[in-house]
Amino acid sequence: MNGKAFLAMLARDAHVARRNLVPLLFQTFLQPLLFVFIFGRVMVSSGYMPAAYKSLLLPGIMAISMVFTGVWAVAMPLIGEFQFTREIEDRLLAPMDISWVAVEKVVFGLIQAVVAGLVVIPLAWIILRPGLELHLSNPFVFSFITLLVASFSACGGLALGCSVDQQHIGLMFSMVLTPMIFFGCTYYPWSALSNFPIVQKVVLINPLAYASEGLRATLVPQFPHLSTLLILAALTGFDVLLLIVGLRQFQKKAVS
Amino acid sequence: MDWAIRTRNLRKIYSSAPPAAAGQKGPFPAGQRDKGTKPQGAGDSKPQITALDGIDLEVAPGHIFGLLGPNGAGKSTTVGILTTRVRPTSGSAWVDGHDVWRDQTAAKRQIGVVAQRPNLDFSLTAREILLFHGAYFGLSSHERTQRASALLDRFKLTDRADQLVRGFSGGMMQRISIARAMMHDPQVLFLDEPSAGLDPQTRLLLWEIVREYNQKGRTVLLTTHNMEEADALCQRLAIIDHGRIIASGTPAELKTSVPGGFLLRLRFTHHSAPLLERLGALPGVTEVRAAGDSSADLYAGRGGSLIPEIVNAAAAFGVEISDVHISEPSLENLFLHHTGRSLRE
Repeated sequence: MNGKAFLAMLARDAHVARRNLVPLLFQTFLQPLLFVFIFGRVMVSSGYMPAAYKSLLLPGIMAISMVFTGVWAVAMPLIGEFQFTREIEDRLLAPMDISWVAVEKVVFGLIQAVVAGLVVIPLAWIILRPGLELHLSNPFVFSFITLLVASFSACGGLALGCSVDQQHIGLMFSMVLTPMIFFGCTYYPWSALSNFPIVQKVVLINPLAYASEGLRATLVPQFPHLSTLLILAALTGFDVLLLIVGLRQFQKKAVS
Repeated sequence: MDWAIRTRNLRKIYSSAPPAAAGQKGPFPAGQRDKGTKPQGAGDSKPQITALDGIDLEVAPGHIFGLLGPNGAGKSTTVGILTTRVRPTSGSAWVDGHDVWRDQTAAKRQIGVVAQRPNLDFSLTAREILLFHGAYFGLSSHERTQRASALLDRFKLTDRADQLVRGFSGGMMQRISIARAMMHDPQVLFLDEPSAGLDPQTRLLLWEIVREYNQKGRTVLLTTHNMEEADALCQRLAIIDHGRIIASGTPAELKTSVPGGFLLRLRFTHHSAPLLERLGALPGVTEVRAAGDSSADLYAGRGGSLIPEIVNAAAAFGVEISDVHISEPSLENLFLHHTGRSLRE
């Protein structure tokens, strides 16, 4: 580990993010904003959804926003930089173990995912009031779960970004992320699947299900949710697994 | 002696097409496919390509060393291994005394690398590329700023310094790549085909800068398939083909090792063994080799003065000469002599 080089790479990513701030903001905020507006405001005020749906929906939107941002923030630059231009080469030649280059990407993606998740709360508060009932009973567990969700997004971005070629980016989103989002207990709590026992079991292999349920458990505990302990264990497991897979794929891609 | 660069029996076998990082062009450009013995994983159906087949190199500190060979000879793979970008199948490599594969970080500190294809950070401006590169190598902010300005100036890039490199021409990208490699003042500089695609003026600037850098006591390893460049810049050369070193020495030594020195490439209407035998017996001719049905390569101690005798000899056999090309002692001839192929083929 070489702290100076690591920090310099973080600074580089921050610099590039600052340069691309406007598209980055759109990419991060537009989707959750639309979700919150249509599902939380339009559907509820027109009477198609009960008012309580606002609060139920919020943790799901937050989870989607984080996962989408984390995966995008890590995977897309990696896919591009490993492709034809080999832009990443300069960083691979920096005097530190190349795994740290991957870890740096994860850390930067993690920060972006946390921001993308947290910003949903004030956004929802502005659009959905009144009737939004948040009960942040344990800020410590909430922060911890937020971090775990962000790091699973960023580690997932690493694993995907190092396994997918440029021509398969579209496939990655339609085959991996879309099913993940719909079977991720985002728009409904896990308990709502009780009429579909097989689906209810299968979604448990989806890390996003634990993310949504985890945020639900800590932000709107009045709704049914999975046990916090299970959520913590599962998210930690996915984080470790995806990081190991991601680092291995990164090594494979970086050294021929 | 402490070598700046040393390799021992370096081998690299790709079990699929060599990746772009190895600098190869096209899907199956390099080396030889192993037709006979499969060194590894016998039985699996993946094509195996031997890019390097036992490379031993020794480069003294402070030298400009050239690896000369045609495309796909294994030059870029050698550079890739020495710069931690390609893992060797077997063998060892050291840079500045550090085992490149056991002590990667220490080795990386000592090297600057210019890849065959520009691999610039397209999200940054020219100056930022240098500044961040300096930061990766732990230079202080003051040092970074100063060195970046000096290098931009030296490479005549100051007026474009604060523009994104995305819009740069190929030659400008190449210049900023070289400036970046020099930014942390490495002991050993690797330049993979540094002048490919450069205009003559920029090439001269590059040569000047490389010599200047070398005069500070730094070692430079460059690969090229350009004889002129190898001849002009390098103190020592290794000629590489099909993943093997086929000759090495100073440019002068190598050139004098070609029998006769002069090469006459002859094309006849047709030729025959007795004619070639007759040509070989001409005074000053050291070697005659048939090249196809109607061509022959003749190595000799003299050039133009041989022509009348060759014409006469051919006429005696009823053969006409349709083309003659005379080249003076050169590395090109040397390559041809060792491999039977021209470097440009």
